Amino acid sequence: MKRETVIWVTLLVIGGLFLMGRLFFTNQGMGKAYVQAVEINPDDPVPEHRWIRYENADPKEYKQAITENPNQTEFQLSISRTIGIWVAAFFTLFILSFLYRDNPFYKIAESVVVGVSAAYWMVVGFWTTIIPNLLGKLFPVWINNWAMPGLEANRELMYIFPLILGIMLLMRLSPKGAWISRWPLAFIIGTTAGIRLIGFLHADFLSQIRNTIITVWATGLTGAFDFWGSLRSLVLVIGVLTAIVYFFFSIEHKGVVGKTAKLGIWFLMITFGAAFGYTVMGRIALLAIRMEFLMDDWLWLIDPALKRTFGM
Amino acid sequence: MFEFFKNLDRRWIFLLMFISVSIPIYIVGKTGKTFPEVPTILSEETFRAIEELDKGDPVLLSFDFDPASEGELGPMATAFTYHCASKGLKLYFMALWPVGPQMIDDVIEKVIKPDFPHLEYGIDYVNIGFKPGNEGVIKVIVTDLRQLYTTDDKGTNIDHIPMMADIHSVQDFELVMNISAGYAGTKEWVQYAVTPYPDKIKLVAGCTGVQAPLLYPYIPDQLPGLLGAIKGAAEYEKLVVDKYAGETPDPKYLEGRRRMGPQLVAHLLIILLIILANVIYFVEKRREVR
Repeated sequence: MKRETVIWVTLLVIGGLFLMGRLFFTNQGMGKAYVQAVEINPDDPVPEHRWIRYENADPKEYKQAITENPNQTEFQLSISRTIGIWVAAFFTLFILSFLYRDNPFYKIAESVVVGVSAAYWMVVGFWTTIIPNLLGKLFPVWINNWAMPGLEANRELMYIFPLILGIMLLMRLSPKGAWISRWPLAFIIGTTAGIRLIGFLHADFLSQIRNTIITVWATGLTGAFDFWGSLRSLVLVIGVLTAIVYFFFSIEHKGVVGKTAKLGIWFLMITFGAAFGYTVMGRIALLAIRMEFLMDDWLWLIDPALKRTFGM
Repeated sequence: MFEFFKNLDRRWIFLLMFISVSIPIYIVGKTGKTFPEVPTILSEETFRAIEELDKGDPVLLSFDFDPASEGELGPMATAFTYHCASKGLKLYFMALWPVGPQMIDDVIEKVIKPDFPHLEYGIDYVNIGFKPGNEGVIKVIVTDLRQLYTTDDKGTNIDHIPMMADIHSVQDFELVMNISAGYAGTKEWVQYAVTPYPDKIKLVAGCTGVQAPLLYPYIPDQLPGLLGAIKGAAEYEKLVVDKYAGETPDPKYLEGRRRMGPQLVAHLLIILLIILANVIYFVEKRREVR
């Protein structure tokens, strides 16, 4: 057996034994989810109008309810949500295993994520756009009866055009009629480019120029000279001008222009450094939440939100 | 030793990072202690923008993120909702991301239902849900909300929801709060809502660390308040908790501050690694010269 295989088998055995021990031989347990059964419209005489909704409950609420009345049914262990915690925990480990090297567990997790995301997008798109905003506008009575009782729209025949464009776009799936999809695509590209152009010109180009034209002699509310405010404005103006000079390639970067461009590079480098620092902070936060999930919700090693601390 | 560090397998760095994040999480989780936070001007401005509102003012909270960035943005969502509910504002939730409604449901379950049980759905808060279309959605709803939103997230006709009676477009909100993980998000809200209507729409935002440097140019005219990554969340959390949560705040309102523990240790590790890498580089360069 290869040395690497021995290490992996040992790690898996230790991990498995730890999980078994924690599950079956300790009082605190791990990885369980509880729910509270909440009756909706309990006094309504029509039986169809009454139902039970299961809301998340903390383990300490379940423990307290069981202590007070062992036969209560309001708080229950949720098998489906418990399985959810375990699946989430194993998939987190599968994805993290890629840091060591590509492996079948990572591939399984990756494929499931891709498949579930695609299906989710389709279902959400169908129920949030096609039903209320397309079919609901064209056939309001039908949609009201069949799918969305809350929808009370008037028929708007103008929506026949999006329907036709949508069908034309689907022709992309047909080998012979694929060219038909170019027309709605051209429409999408044209409108998107127009909307984006206006947005960038207005919010980024013009507004940023205006926001850069500031006085470097800043004053406070009393009219007195504000040293730090002035310094901030001065750095801003110098930073913008020197960075622009760096991207000005019509003149050779020599002499004064070269030195200004070099200062511009320094400003750019500081900006990239700050951006990198922010990115590092973001990525560590994402790792931290996964570790917190594993230690708190799955392994029950910690309890920062006091969800399981009985009597608190 | 030099050769070992020179050809260091990156998996050792992953292992060190794993340890540097896990140990502080364990210690903070066991002790409940958090690091002190000093709010910076951007967090204070965000806090002030909400503080200036009066009880009953309508505010729009757009949750444009998904579980992948919940670690950074979840604490902001919790703190924004807690702050607005404590102030007695009317909360209108929406999302430009398909999983946004689930994030909204989470925060309603976590903050509004347990701590503000007197607030009623449809009268004090409403979730109008997700619409696909990214900036197209913003472009439409800044002038006519009902053109896209005909029902709320549960399928209730929007005209049957009492608190929607006076809301016709985004311009009717006193403040827009955006929690953004990328596209579509804060940048699009600035471009298509705030910039065309600077006197009518005011925006504050919380965003991921990756986005924050790209949004700084909009400060302060187009974006008066910005919470950048988990640090921004922790600072804002402190301001809200200090004012509204009393002496013994619920630990769920300290999430951001708890997550600053692993940040500190992991950042120290990265600084050490950068210094080590530079030392190795210069030592090797000197050896080459010899």
